[in-house]
Amino acid sequence: MKFSEQWLREWVNPSVSTEELCHQLTMAGLEVDAVEPVAALFSGVVVAEVLSVEPHPDADKLRVTQVNVGEGEPVQIVCGAANVRPGLRVPCAMVGAVLPGDFKIKKAKLRGVPSNGMLASASELGLVESAEGLMELPTDAPVGTNFRDYLQLDDVTIELGLTPNRGDCLSIAGIARETGVLNHADVSGPACEAVASSIDDSFSVAINAPEACPRYLGRVIRGVNVAAETPLWMAERLRRSGIRSLSAVVDVTNYVLLELGQPMHAFDLGKLSGGIQVRMATAGEKIKLLNDTEVELDGETLVIADGNGPVAMAGVMGGSASAVGDATRDIFLESAFFTPAAIAGKARRYGLHTDSSHRFERGVSPQMATKAIARATALLLDIVGGDVGPVVEVCSEANLPKAHPITLRHARVTRVLGTEVAKDSIEEILCRLEMKVESVDGGWQVTAPAFRFDITIEEDLIEEIGRIIGYSNLPSIRPHGSLTMGERPEAKLSIADLAAVLVERGYQEAITYTFVEPKMQQLLDPQRETIALANPISADMSVMRTTLWAGLLPVLQHNLNRQQGRVRLFEYGLRFLPQGDGELVQDNVLAGVVYGEVLPEQWGSESMKIDFFDIKGDVEAVLGLTGCVSDFAFRAESHPALHPGQSARISRDGRDIGWLGALHPSLEQKLGLSGQTFLFEIESSAITSGNVAKFGEISKFPAIRRDIAVEMDRDISAMRLFDTVKSAAPDNLRNLKLFDVYEGEHIDSGRKSLALGLTLQAQSRTLTDSEVDSAIDAVVRTLANELGAKLRE
Amino acid sequence: MDELTGLVSEAERLIAEASDIQALDQVRVHFLGKKGSFTELMKGLGKLSAEERPAAGQAINQAKGAVQQALEARKQTLKDEVLHARLESEKVDVTLPGRGQQTGGLHPVTLTLQRIESLFSQLGFSVAEGPEIEDDFHNFEALNIPETHPARAMHDTFYFDAHTLLRTHTSPVQIRTMKQGQPPLRIIAPGRVYRCDSDLTHTPMFHQVEGLMVDENVSFAQLKGVMDDFLRNFFEADLAVRFRPSYFPFTEPSAEADIQCVMCGGEGCRVCSHTGWIEILGCGMVHPEVFRHVGIDSEKYTGFAFGLGVERMAMLRYGVNDLRLFFENDLRFLQQFN
Repeated sequence: MKFSEQWLREWVNPSVSTEELCHQLTMAGLEVDAVEPVAALFSGVVVAEVLSVEPHPDADKLRVTQVNVGEGEPVQIVCGAANVRPGLRVPCAMVGAVLPGDFKIKKAKLRGVPSNGMLASASELGLVESAEGLMELPTDAPVGTNFRDYLQLDDVTIELGLTPNRGDCLSIAGIARETGVLNHADVSGPACEAVASSIDDSFSVAINAPEACPRYLGRVIRGVNVAAETPLWMAERLRRSGIRSLSAVVDVTNYVLLELGQPMHAFDLGKLSGGIQVRMATAGEKIKLLNDTEVELDGETLVIADGNGPVAMAGVMGGSASAVGDATRDIFLESAFFTPAAIAGKARRYGLHTDSSHRFERGVSPQMATKAIARATALLLDIVGGDVGPVVEVCSEANLPKAHPITLRHARVTRVLGTEVAKDSIEEILCRLEMKVESVDGGWQVTAPAFRFDITIEEDLIEEIGRIIGYSNLPSIRPHGSLTMGERPEAKLSIADLAAVLVERGYQEAITYTFVEPKMQQLLDPQRETIALANPISADMSVMRTTLWAGLLPVLQHNLNRQQGRVRLFEYGLRFLPQGDGELVQDNVLAGVVYGEVLPEQWGSESMKIDFFDIKGDVEAVLGLTGCVSDFAFRAESHPALHPGQSARISRDGRDIGWLGALHPSLEQKLGLSGQTFLFEIESSAITSGNVAKFGEISKFPAIRRDIAVEMDRDISAMRLFDTVKSAAPDNLRNLKLFDVYEGEHIDSGRKSLALGLTLQAQSRTLTDSEVDSAIDAVVRTLANELGAKLRE
Repeated sequence: MDELTGLVSEAERLIAEASDIQALDQVRVHFLGKKGSFTELMKGLGKLSAEERPAAGQAINQAKGAVQQALEARKQTLKDEVLHARLESEKVDVTLPGRGQQTGGLHPVTLTLQRIESLFSQLGFSVAEGPEIEDDFHNFEALNIPETHPARAMHDTFYFDAHTLLRTHTSPVQIRTMKQGQPPLRIIAPGRVYRCDSDLTHTPMFHQVEGLMVDENVSFAQLKGVMDDFLRNFFEADLAVRFRPSYFPFTEPSAEADIQCVMCGGEGCRVCSHTGWIEILGCGMVHPEVFRHVGIDSEKYTGFAFGLGVERMAMLRYGVNDLRLFFENDLRFLQQFN
C-alpha cells in the first residue's frame, strides 16, 4: 500500500515528523518499506501560460513561443513539443532552474533563435517515468506560482508492507484511523453524504448467492461526459499512490478505493441487459476480462451477471464487454460487500491479483459500501456530470458478518504477555481501537468493529494490547524452569561426529540442491523411480535425487573447471525413494566424492593418485567410530554408476546400507572427467548407532606372533581368507594382520600371495612354542583344505 | 719428582692432542694401562724406604689422579664434539611445511546451524527433524493456513501434486513434535526449506531453524528474553534488538525481530537499506488453533515459536555478500571457513 503523506495528514495531522510517523507505523505492525519523495528535486519552475506560438525559421519541429511567467515581459522560449499551443498552461523552467539529474537551464540559442528557459513535460520534472509532450495544467492554474507549491510537491510517498491480517489499513481512512490511535489524535475525512437522485432510472439487482455477497448497492448515472479530464489534484494523489490515471470514471473508483478501501466498479449501462444477478458461475462459462484474457470459470467463482451472462468476476475484475469506454453515456455504479471466503484464493486460481481482490480477500468493512457509493457519486457529478438515479440496495442481513463478543480475561493478558497491564489501560486501548468493551467478572466482553476481520479470539485482543503499548515497552525476561537433565545416549553418534572424521581426512562439506537434473539422475540410478516437481524453477532442477551423487558430481565438475585438481567433498542430506506402493522413503545419507591425488601437493611425499583403498580407508574410518567394525562387511557387487571391478556393497549385520566404488569409466567419459573419481554413499541411520565400550582384561603374559605367506587363487577374497583363518585358529588368536599382497613374478598367473601375521596370547599363562606351532599348522591345513591355499616357503 | 712432573705434562700434552675417543684411549693405556707409565712407577715404590714410600706414593697417586681427570675431561669434550657434530648434521629447516593430509571443513551453513544448536542446547532445547517432502496438512492446514488464506501467497510453494509439496518452512516440525508429545517441550528444528523463487537474493532452497517452547507459563516477555539472549550471543555483540508486531497465521501475538545492523552498527548502510536495522527472525506465541490441531490444551499451556533464516545469519556473521555462493560449493569459497 502506497500513499501520500500529505493526503494522510489531511485526515489526521499529529505533530510528529515524517520520520517519527514512519517509525510509529513500523512499530505498530504497519511496516514502512520505503519512503520516497513524490518528485525528484528541482527548482526554478513556475506555472506559465503560452501566449503565442510561431514556427521556427530554421527547424520544422521547433516552435518559438512567447510565454507569460507572471512577472515582467513575456519570455521567449523555443519548444519542440507537439502539444504546445497558445493559452496552454504549463510548468516552465526559468533560466537558472535546476531540473532532476542536475540539469541546469541556461540562456541558449536553438538553431539561431534565443531561448530563455524550457517548457517541461512531467517526465522532465521527474514526476513519471515517461510522458508525451508538455505537462498540461488546468486553465485556472495561477501563472507565476512556484510549480512545487502549486502541486504541493514537498510530499513523500510512504509504502507499507502490510501483513495479510491488516486489510483494514489498505486505505487512507484505515491508516489515518491507526495513526489517530497511536497519537491520540482526531481523525476526520471528507463528508460522504448521500447524493439525492435527480432521475428515477434504476437497474434491477438480484442476489442468488447471499452467503458470498450479502450486500450489493448499485445506481444509474445517465449522461456522463467520459471525456472529462481527471482533476490534477486527483491524478496527483493517484500517481503518488502508484496508480496510473486512466479516465475520469475509472480514476474516481480507484480514488475511492484508495481513500475508503472500498473496491467499486462502473459498468457501461448501455452494454448491460436484463438486470444484475450476483451468482455463482456455472462451470464452463466464459468471460473476457478487462486485461483482455478470456477465462473459463469454475462453479466456485462468484460472478456479476446480466441477462446474457457474466459481466464481471465479482470482487476481482470486470469484463471487457461492459467496460466504460469512449462511447459510454450512461453508467451503472457498483459498490458491494463480498465476503473474504467468497473471494479468497479465487484470483490466484485464475492467475490474477488485483487491488480489488487484494482487499476483498482480506476483508472490506460491510458498512463501507453505502458510504463509498455516496462519495463516488459526488466525485463523479463534479467531474463527469450526469443525472443520478436512486441507490438500489439488496442486502441479506442474515449473511452479513456478525460481530461476536470475545471474552477477554485480565489474567490471560498477564499470562500471555508476561506482564500485568492495568485494567484501565486495557480498556482505554480497546476503546481507542473502536472496540465495544463491557466489563464482566475478571475481564471484559469485547466486540471488534466491522472493519477488523482479524479479531476473532482472545489472543487477537491480547496482541492489540501489546501492539498499542508497543512491543518495545513490554519486558524481556529469562524463562525459569525445572532443571531437567536430558538423555545423552553414549552409543548414539551424531552426524557431526561422522563429519568430523571426514573433515580430518581432508573432505570439504558441500550442500547441493535436492532437486537435480533428470539426465544426471537417470545416468546414476537408471532403474529407480523418481518423484518430479510439478512446478520446477527450471528443467535442470526438477526431479528429487535418489542419490546425493547427482548433486555432488556437478559440484566436482564445477571445481575441476575452476583449476582445482584435487577435490574431496561430502554431503549429508535426504534422498527421496518412491516405493512401488505410492509410499515415499525420505532418508538421510552420507555421501562423498573424491578425485585427484591422495595428498595435497607437497614436498615430502610422492604424488600418488587415489585408488579404491584410499576411499575405503576413509569409509572405514567413519564406520570405525561406531566401535562395531566387525558388524560391517564389503562385498563385490555391481552398480550402474560404478566400475564393475571396483565397487562394493556395504552392509551392516547382513543389511545393505550403502555403496563404495570408482565411477564407471563410461560415466566418467560422459561427464568429461579425465581422472578416476571415487564415490561412496551410506544410510546415516545405519552408522549413527554404536556400542558403549566394554573393558576386557589385559593379559599379563607375552604374545607370540607368527607370520605366514599363503598362495591361493586370485578370485578368493581376502575376507574369505580371514574368515577361514579365524575359524581354524584357537580362541587365543588376539590379532590377525594382513601385511602384504603380491601377484606377479614367481607366482603362477591366476594366483596371488597374501602375507599374514597371527598374534596369539593366552589370558592366564605363557603359550609354549609347540602350542603355537600346532595352532599355526591347523590354520595352514584348513586353508589348504578349504581354499586350496598353500604355504609359501 | 721431576720425572713425575714431566710425565704429567707429557700426558697432558698427548691428551690434548688426542683428536678422537680411540686416540684418547691409546693415551690412557699408555699412561694408566697395566703396562703404563704410572703402573711402572708404582712398581718402583718397592725400591724406596718405608719412610719415603708414603710421600712418594701419594705424589704418584696425585699425578695419576690429575692425568685421570684430564682424560675424563678430554673424553667429555670429545663426546660433546661428536654429539654436536651429529646434532649439526641432523638439523632440519623447521619452516618447511609438515607432511600429510590437509584438514577439510564444514559448510558455513552447517557451522551456523551448529552454533545455533549449541546456544539453544544450553537452555535444554533438543533438535527435532522432519521430512522435506511434506503434506498440505503439516505445512499449511495445521499451522492455521487454510487453502484460500492470503498467507499462502507469501509462500511460493513447490508442488508434486495437490497435496504433496516441498516444505516452505520448518514449522511443520512443530506440528509433528507437538503431536508426538505433551509439554513441557523445548525443541529447535533446523533444516532445508524450499520456495519457488530464484534471483539475486533468493535461492529455491535455503535453511531455517524453527524453535518451539511450550510449558505452563510461557510468555511473550520470555520470548523476548530468549531472543535477546540468543541474538547477542550469536553475534557476540551487545546488539540492540527490537520487536515489531507482525503476522503469522500460526502465532498470536506475532512479532518480527530486528537487530541493529551488524555491518554499520546502526549508522545505516547498504546491507540494512540505510535503516540501521536488519530483520532477523519471525516469532510469536503459539496460536490456540495450532494447539487445537495437535491436541494440546491451550488453557493449560502457552508457548512461543520462532523461525529464522540460516543463510542470512551466516551472511551477517561471516560477511558473505552473495547468497548464491552457498550452493555453488566452490572450494575457494568453502575453504574460507576451515
